[in-house]
Order: sequence, then C-alpha cells, then structure tokens
Amino acid sequence: MSFQGKKNIPRLTSDRLIIKGGKIVNDDQSFYADVYIEDGVIKQIGENLIVPGGVKTVDAYGHIVIPGGIDVNTSLQAAHLGMNPADDFYHGTRAALAGGTTMIIDHVLPEPGSSLLAAYDQWRDIADRRSCCDYSLHMDITRWHEGLAEEVEALVKDKGVNSFLVFMAYKDKYQSSDSQIYEVFGVLRDMGAIAQVHAENGDIVEEEQKRILELGITGPEGHVLSHPEEVETEAVYRAITIAKQANCPLYITKVMSRQAADVIAKARKKGMVVYGEPITASLGMDGSHYWSKNWAKAAAFVMSPPLSQDPSTPDYLNSLLACGDLQVTGSAHSTFSTAQKAVGKDNFTLIPEGTNGIEERMSIIWDKAVATGKMDENEFVAVTSTNAAKLFNIYPRKGRIAVGSDADLVIWNTKETKTFSATTHNLTVELNIFEGMECRGYPVVVISQGRIVLEGGQLNVIEGSGRFVPRKAFPDFVYKRIKARSRMADARGVPRGNYDGPVHDVISVTKSVPSTPTTRGPQCPGKTVMAAGRNLHQSGFTLSGNQMDDHIPRRTAQRIVAPPGGRSNITSLS
Amino acid sequence: MSDCRREWNREDELPVYLAGPITTGPTQRQKHCGMFSSVEGAFDSKTIDFEASAVSRRGSRTPRSGSRERILDGDCVSETASVRSPNSPGNREDGRESVESTHSSGKDCFSGQNNGKALITQSGRQPYPDRAVRTRSRDTEGQTGSLFLRRLCSSAGQDSMSGTGYQGKKSIPHLTSERLLIKGGRIVNDDQSFYADVYVEDGLIKQVGENLIVPGGVKVVEAEGRMVIPGGIDVNTCFQRPFLGVTPVDDFYQGTRAAVAGGTTMIIDHVTPQPGDSLLEAFETWQEAADRKSCCDYSLHMDIPQWHEGVKEELELLVQDKGINSFLVYMAYKDLYQMSDTQLYEAFSYLKELGAVVLVHAENGDLIAQEQNKILDMGIIGPEGHPLSRPEELESEAVFRAITLGNRVNCPVYITKVMSKSAADTISQARKKGAVVFGEPITASLATDGSHYWSKNWAKAAAYVTSPPLSPDPTTPEHLHTLLACGDLQVVGSAHCAYSTSQKAIGKDNFTLIPEGTNGVEERMGFVWDKAVAMGKMDENQFVAVTSTNAAKIFNLYPRKGRIAVGSDADIVIWDPDRTRTITAKLQQSALEYNIFEGMECRGAPLLVVSQGKVVYEEGKLHVQQGTGRFISRKPFPDYGYQRVKTRNNMIGRQGVSRGMYDGPVYDVPATPKYITPAPSAKTSPTSHQPPPIRNLHQSNFSLSGAQIDDNIPRRSGHRIVNPPGGRSNITNLG
Repeated sequence: MSFQGKKNIPRLTSDRLIIKGGKIVNDDQSFYADVYIEDGVIKQIGENLIVPGGVKTVDAYGHIVIPGGIDVNTSLQAAHLGMNPADDFYHGTRAALAGGTTMIIDHVLPEPGSSLLAAYDQWRDIADRRSCCDYSLHMDITRWHEGLAEEVEALVKDKGVNSFLVFMAYKDKYQSSDSQIYEVFGVLRDMGAIAQVHAENGDIVEEEQKRILELGITGPEGHVLSHPEEVETEAVYRAITIAKQANCPLYITKVMSRQAADVIAKARKKGMVVYGEPITASLGMDGSHYWSKNWAKAAAFVMSPPLSQDPSTPDYLNSLLACGDLQVTGSAHSTFSTAQKAVGKDNFTLIPEGTNGIEERMSIIWDKAVATGKMDENEFVAVTSTNAAKLFNIYPRKGRIAVGSDADLVIWNTKETKTFSATTHNLTVELNIFEGMECRGYPVVVISQGRIVLEGGQLNVIEGSGRFVPRKAFPDFVYKRIKARSRMADARGVPRGNYDGPVHDVISVTKSVPSTPTTRGPQCPGKTVMAAGRNLHQSGFTLSGNQMDDHIPRRTAQRIVAPPGGRSNITSLS
Repeated sequence: MSDCRREWNREDELPVYLAGPITTGPTQRQKHCGMFSSVEGAFDSKTIDFEASAVSRRGSRTPRSGSRERILDGDCVSETASVRSPNSPGNREDGRESVESTHSSGKDCFSGQNNGKALITQSGRQPYPDRAVRTRSRDTEGQTGSLFLRRLCSSAGQDSMSGTGYQGKKSIPHLTSERLLIKGGRIVNDDQSFYADVYVEDGLIKQVGENLIVPGGVKVVEAEGRMVIPGGIDVNTCFQRPFLGVTPVDDFYQGTRAAVAGGTTMIIDHVTPQPGDSLLEAFETWQEAADRKSCCDYSLHMDIPQWHEGVKEELELLVQDKGINSFLVYMAYKDLYQMSDTQLYEAFSYLKELGAVVLVHAENGDLIAQEQNKILDMGIIGPEGHPLSRPEELESEAVFRAITLGNRVNCPVYITKVMSKSAADTISQARKKGAVVFGEPITASLATDGSHYWSKNWAKAAAYVTSPPLSPDPTTPEHLHTLLACGDLQVVGSAHCAYSTSQKAIGKDNFTLIPEGTNGVEERMGFVWDKAVAMGKMDENQFVAVTSTNAAKIFNLYPRKGRIAVGSDADIVIWDPDRTRTITAKLQQSALEYNIFEGMECRGAPLLVVSQGKVVYEEGKLHVQQGTGRFISRKPFPDYGYQRVKTRNNMIGRQGVSRGMYDGPVYDVPATPKYITPAPSAKTSPTSHQPPPIRNLHQSNFSLSGAQIDDNIPRRSGHRIVNPPGGRSNITNLG
C-alpha cells in the first residue's frame, strides 16, 4: 500500500472514536455521516454504524467534519542569520493543531555547501522528538552543483522527500542562477519531484537594499521598499519560463502580490503545470503595517516576499484561490521574537524574516473566502488540505475523509467567531500579526492520528507523537501531464543534404573568454570585476602568471570550419 | 537687402536650435567677405524662373548655387584656410558630370560652382531692376577665383554648422546645395496630412506652404498629389558587426544604398566592440568607416559588451562629447556579452544618470546556452536548432525582466528586435501599467515567420537565422502590425545584418556558429505599408510615426529628422502607395545573393527620395554618393522618454518612518563566523565539474587547508554588528 507507517516512535493512537451527527465535507462532496476511527485510521463511514462498545463518542451536531488541514510551508527549524525561530517543532505543531492543521510540511534549510542528507537527518531527528502532529519535509537547495544530484536522488528514492525548493533571491547566499535552476529542474523532473521556487529577483533586491540604505532608511519599511512587487512578479515569470523549458512541474511558494498571482494564473491558462501557494499573511493582511510607528510591530511583518501594500491583495488572492488559479495555502510560519527581530533595529536587512500564521491559516481562509461567499466548503477543504495532499503525493492518506485514510479530522464551527491575539495564541512570540482580527470559523475538536488533541478549547498534545510521512515521487496529480508532454516534445531535426556551397574562411581570431560574471549565481561580493584583457589578439595588453579562470577550458570548437569528414563527401544539395 | 533675405529665409520661424548655422547674419558676412558682397544679390532672386530651373536641371543634379548663397551668409572666411580640400573622389566625379553638361571648365573641382554660376546667370535675367544690378555685378565676379572662395566658404559654412548643435560630418564636403521644390504633394507628418509645396535648399526645408515664392533656378519635382513623407529612419542596422572575424557583406555603402532605395534616409547603426575592447576606439572605427562609405545620414548606437567600472568613463565621454545617447546591453550570448541582473541594474542606473536610452537585447542567455547544448546533443545541427534553442518564452521572459529592471531603476527601456507575440504582449502590458518602455519590431518579424527554418534547403534556412529568431507562429506578423498600429510598439528597425551564404555556411555543421542576421533595410518601409496601411490597420500618419517620427523622438533627433517642417533636414520621400513590386534578390541593392523576402509582393514604394536636400533615388535609379552621409550626433535626455522619468524621479520621495528608537531587548546573535562560500563561477564551462565548494567549517566536519581560490575576496563581517556604535546608550523611548 501507499501508506507508509511511522518508523520508530510508539504511538498512542489506539483509542477508538466515533464522530456523530456531523456533516462530512470532502473536496468533492458533503454528506451527513458518522465516522468511526480506530488505530489512527478511519474504519467506517456511514449512518448507523456498528461499532464495538467502549467507544468514545464525539458530538459534531451542527458542525462540519473536515479532513485536517495540511500546512505546506513552515520553517520551524530553519535558522535565519544565525538565529533559530522562536517557535520550534513543538510550539509550532501545537499551534498548528490548535488551528485545525494536522499535518505540516517543513522546509529543511541546509547551510550552503553542506550536505543535504546531513541536514535532512538533523531535521528528522529534531522533528521526531518535538513534533506533535504528522509532518513531512521539503528540501531547500541552497547551492546547486552537480554533486548534489546524487543526494537529491537518495532523498527522493530512500528518504521520502519529493519536493525541493530553489531560491531566486538571497544573493550570495542561497540564490541560484538561471542555468543552475534549469539544471535543478531537469534533475527534479527526471526524479519525479516537484520544483518549488522562492521567487524574487535577488540581484535587484540587493541593489535596491543598497540604495535604500544609502537613502538613510533603516527601518522595516525599507524591507518593503527594497522588495517591490515587480521583483517578485519578474521572478515568478522567469521561474515559469525555466520550468516550461525544462518541462518540470513548478510550485511557487509564498504568493504575496496580485501581480505574481496573475502571472501564475496566466501561465496556467497557457497550459503550464504550475501551482501557487498564498500564505496566511498574504490572505489575511496587507503591508500597511510596515509603516507603523511602533518598530516592533513593523518588524513583526518582515518577511520575503513582503506583504503587498495594496489593500485589495488579500481579497484578490482569496478570489484566485476560490477559482482554482491558486491551489494550496501555507503559512510560511517562521517566527522570531521581538528581541531577535531587533537585531536589525538599525538595518532592516538584518531583521530575521518570517511571520506567524500556522494557527490562523484555516480560520482566515474560512472567514475571508467561505464566509464571504467566494468559495464553498468543499473548495475550502481542497485548498486547505486535499490539493496539498494530492500535489505532494500523500492523497488519499491525508486530505480526505474516507475509509482507510488517516484519522486526521477537524470538527469545524462555521458560525461563531474567534479573535486572534498574542495573549491567547499558542505561540511563544509576543506579537501576533493578526492581533485583534476577528474570524468566523474555528476548530471545535481536532483529531490527530485518531486522538483528540483539541477539545473544549483545551490542547492535549504529546511532544514527539508526530510521525514523518514519506512522500513518493511522481505524484499523479502533477506528473501525468508532464509525462505525456515529455513524450510529445521531441524536437526533430530536418533531414537535408549537406551544404556544399562555398564556406567563408574564418580568420582564426582568438576567442576571448571574458572574466565577468554573467549570471545571477552567487558571486563573491567584494570582487571587483575587471575588464577582460584576455583577448591577446585584439588588445595589446597581456596577462602573465596564473589566472583565476585557468581551470576553465578554452572553447576551441568554434574555429572548426571544415570538420573531420566534412569536406570530402559533399555531393548533393537538396 | 538683408531684410529681403531674411524674409525668405524665414529665420524667425526656425526653432532656436536650428538657428545657429544660419543666423550668422549679414553683418558678419559683410565683415569677412566684403569683397564678394555683390554676390549676395543672388539671394534676392525670388522669382521662380522656370527657364532657369530647367537649365539647372538639365545641367546637373547637384548645382551648388544654393550652397554658395547660403554659405556666404555664414561666417566663411575665418575658417577658409583650414577647410578640407574638395577632392573627395565621389565629389569630383559628380562635379565632372555637371561640367560636361554645362561649361567645360577644366578645373573639375570648381565646376560645380561654374555650373551654379550658370544657373545664377540665368536666374539673373529677371525683370526686376534692383536685383538685376546685383546679378550683373555678380556675373562679373563669376570667375574661378571667386568661385573658389565661395566654395571654400561653403565648406566653412558646414564647419560652422558642425560647430553648433549638429556636428556635421568631418572630412567630406557634401553636395547638399541643391534647391528643390516639391510641388503638389500631400505632406504627411505623424500628426496631420495636408497639401502643400516644399521648398528645399541647402539640405534643409526652407518653406512649406502653397504658392511659395522661391528663387529661380530651382529644380521642381511634381509630386502630383502623392504622399510626401519624412524619410524613414532605420533604428537598427549592423553594417559593420563582425562575427568570428567575418564582416557583413553589406557595409555602410551597400547598406545605406539599400536603405535609400527603400525610402530610408537615416540609419542608426550598432557599434559592437568585442569584450575587452575600448568603446571609444570602436566608436571611432565605426565612425570612420561610416564617414567614408555611408550614403545617407547616420548615427550610432553603442553596444556595451561587458559591464565593469572602467566602462563608465567611456560611456560618459561618448554621451557628452560624441553624441551617442543610446546603448545596448545584452541579456543573451552567455560568456560573451551577457550581463547579470546586477550588472544590468548598475548599467541601467548609470545610463539613466547620463540621460541615455537603454537598448536591450532581450533573451535569456543562460537558458539558451542550456538549450543549445541539449539540441546539439540530440544531434540537431541544422538551422532549425536555432529556433528550437531559442523559444519565444525566453524572449518574453527577458523582456519582462528588462522592464522590471527599468521600472526599478526608473529609466526608459527600449527593446530591440521584438520578434514574437508574447514579447510584444509583454511590452504592451507593461506600457499599460505605466512603464516607460519602447518596442522595436523589425522588418523580418513584420513580414515573415519562422517556418523557413525547417526548409530543406540549408542555405535558405540559414538565411533566416537571427536572434531572437523569427517566431514559427504564422500570425505573428499580423499581431505585431496591430500593436504597431495602436502604438504599443513604436518604431520599426530592420536589424539588417547581411551575411552571404558562404559566411552563413561557417555554421553548416553547428547551428550555433551560423552568423546571425537578416536583410530588411530596403524592404522595411514597404512591408509596413503593405501589411499595415494597405490592410487598413494603420493610417498614413501612424505610418510616418512608426517608420520615422517616433524614432526621431525617442533618440532625440526630432524635429531635425522625422518631420516635414521648416528648418528640418530635407530628408523627404515621395511615397507611391500603389506601386507594387516583387521582392527579389536580383533587383535588390544589397550585396546579398539571397533575400529572405524573395518572391513576396509588396504594395507601396518610394518614388523619389531626397536625402540632405538632394535627389538620391528617382524612377528606380540611385544617385547616391559614397561618403555623403553625415554623422548625426544625438544629445542625452530625449524629452520623449525622459520627461516622464524626470517627473517620476521627483515623485519618488522614498520616506522612512520616523519612530522612536527601539529600546526593547535585543537578541544576542551567537558569533558564528559568517562564511561566504564561493559559488561555482557562472563562467564555468559545462565541461568542468567543479567539486562542491564546502567552506562552512562550522557545520561540517570537513576542512580545507591551503590557499583557496577566493582567498583574495574579503570576508563580509558586517552582519555581526549587533550593537552598532552609539546604539545602546541613548535608548529611551518606544514610540
């Protein structure tokens, strides 16, 4: 079966439960039925179920029963500028459960140049010990080189990771050049993995940061000013172009602006296999708070890409989510305490990036999209859970209420409201960016692995109970189309007779290999690029001694005018 | 007398900037040329003496009388000595011709003047006594000596011209002294059309209107109600661009000949220095070649092959002193010309400061390099590999990125060679969002599509190789014309870069070595007419706008070029909308043995072309002279692009928030040393597998010893400053 069980942690899922009287909502239909759960798996669905005695009954009358949410984007362990997030796997998953999310997919962020497998092991180790709900892992590729292909293969085949993130931002740190991205995409396609992209043009961002700092702007507003929407949009556009060339499925993390969302929507209309993930913050908030007079508050919103200043953005993104142009929602939860954020109090580029949102995600979508009539409850289930499960190949184990699926269920109160506040949230940070926001819809009961973890407002989680959920390569949801296209996309040459006309004699000009960097890849910041004085033929200037690029073989192929075997047997010109 | 002269000269009506060379005025003239002052009478012959004009027409195509008159008007003597010798071969040739037809003066270099004299003598037979006196006196002076001086003066006049505003060309005397009256035409500018006569003298349009009073001895061209339009400006040619040491077969002479034959009277050519070369030297090479060979006015774009600090000085010099206001940057040609986004950002910023227009060759070079390798690996070596490795998306992606960069830097961006629908759409959408961006489709993209890359005939397929490639989508030309008509694309170039079949054959076994470029300089205007105006997409005014006026505005040539108005250069085309011709290599002016538009029918063609006030094309015959083209210098900060940019600059007051100092706790970042790990250089050729650079000693137990390749790079240490100097002491309030 496709359900990989957990590996080595004893679990406590043996309680038997029956959920009575609720309306079961899947992404395709809603119906009234009871659900019987045993051993962490849904055993029966229907009316008048015959169940053994001694079963705990959960009353769901008047509420809907939905598959537990899947938060596809968290960073509970990824250090930023040397600081670990305030909410680690324990606090983070606890908050997730409190908000109705029963599974998270966290980003593994290895240090550039270090081993992916080592980072993976590190994350697994911490998460296995700390996580309160099931989890899976995305792998971030912070610096691509050929040698990583093997590690990627190992991760896909043996470690259950089928999604990899590349960065187009964070110059000189994580950023990959277009060539590198193309190579990564090619490898990922062959492996059957999903390419995720952090889409921002790091080159422009860095230049803008320099400029803004020069202008004397050091506060958090400088972050927004240096990460304009267009820069996000541009990178999204480029990522889609590269993915198209590589015929690789693409997933844009953190869609924060209207324009970026539009680019995704348009690409989808042109047939691209591309997915977009708006996050809690972009669905619930706009970026006006960056201009708050309260530094701590303004800094709390700092994340990349930043929230859009356009106040209509949340509404717009919710609409696209409703119509299917965006598919999944994450939270990009990565919190830093105010003291941590204050590292950048005199320079916005040093503010650790990340906002909360893991707990508020489901409620905000319900309030902004379902309660306003943009989407129905089935779509709600799709965007908060089912689509993610399909995309990342854990469907129908997760993301559906069906016999045999994991017993990750949420009983959702659709009518009453709840107010977010730092005083009541389950996080360790002292600020909540959704402070004071009142949202309709919240979880009444949350069942994770068949166990009630939230009931009556009381959380009852067990640290370390979360299992790692491995994900197989080639998710059907994504790869069926890619496979078909690979078969179709055979470029064909034209069979024609050899050209036997005259060939101009190329004077043997030394081809100059300029030493300027030409791609967006990470470059050494202090390096001043000199004019290439390597073309000895055309300039009277020579370099002696060892050069920096001596190891790069000179291209010689271009001078071959008459290739071996070329000239002799030219007979026909068709 | 001087009053009279001024009256017909209409100096008052001239724009201030044009006034320079002309307004030197009678006082100066008298001061310097006193002994010849009687000659001035020639100015006053206002009557159109048809007899005289007839003679002049018979006599020569290029009588110089006009030049003389005008030049006498300028300060002529001071520079006489330094004046170049009037011995340009082309010039002499022409002179000789005219000699044969009129007086047979032995001194060929002066014969032009002799001819002019003849003309004047005739025009002197007028019934007006006051003028007759002068004319007569002038007749007496009509000796070689005085003519010689006149001639020198004429050169000097040009010199004075070059001193102010327009740098004229340097060393070649020119033949713009023809007086010309274009009668009965419908003048079409980009804003309106009206019936009027145009009187041209000394290469300038002197009068526009009905019932013009012009001097006698004027050649009259009957336009018979046809369109009279400003000569075309081809904004993108490469007549000198080397590829692997191969230069195009159409050089400045062949190329501008073809341009003139197609109704284009000015070209802007790309100077393409090789990486590492001096831009200034390249500029001089180009200018020298063009001065020697060009048959029509030209200007130059400068390509920046590589961005580094050293380029900046040269750029400034080019903008300030050399009259170049447009620079091309490449997003393609990896490892050769391509710039990274950071470099592009810096280049854009710098060029904006200089007030230059940023031209962008928009294709994603990284991906092209990857695709080329892939396609070659698949065994595809023919020209079809070219479009396969450069799909449309790569073009539109780069266009999108260039526009984003332009918006961030706030500078005008000009996309050269818009070849695909998607790229054009990207531009038009960006314009709708307010970006200052211009798009230039070229003859090839407007007239044909990329299906020929799959031709069985290698030579034919290779002929179409250009970058970005033609789109295989057959609806592309139509779409581009539509956008051109509605103003979303603004100018039409040709990207004429003609390599012969044998030159193209360098790449017969590897499509990446095929020299890139197609013809189109001659066909440009015709196809726009045929596919846009004749189809009803575009009106004649928009036709003028896209073929000439917009280009003049964008590159700061307006209204000297791109308009028929008093004071503008006399680059005029009489356009015949009904003439149909079939494009064929046999009849073309280009030196190419093929034509990518072979066999296509094209409605609309120039009937007569006037360049620098001289008829250079008439009834299918060219009368051009090598080396008559002048370099037209262009000033920075063209209003057309920069007005908006300047205003936006003022608007963007980036304001920080003034808030109290944060006085809460600050997390103490553990002093983990920050490592800058070197990335595999972008330059790395695909064959070299670099070992993964592992420099982070902290997290891995792997260490490197010995000198490293990037030891010379300073480690960044700035990130570790948690408590900046002066930070912690005076924190008092939290606003």
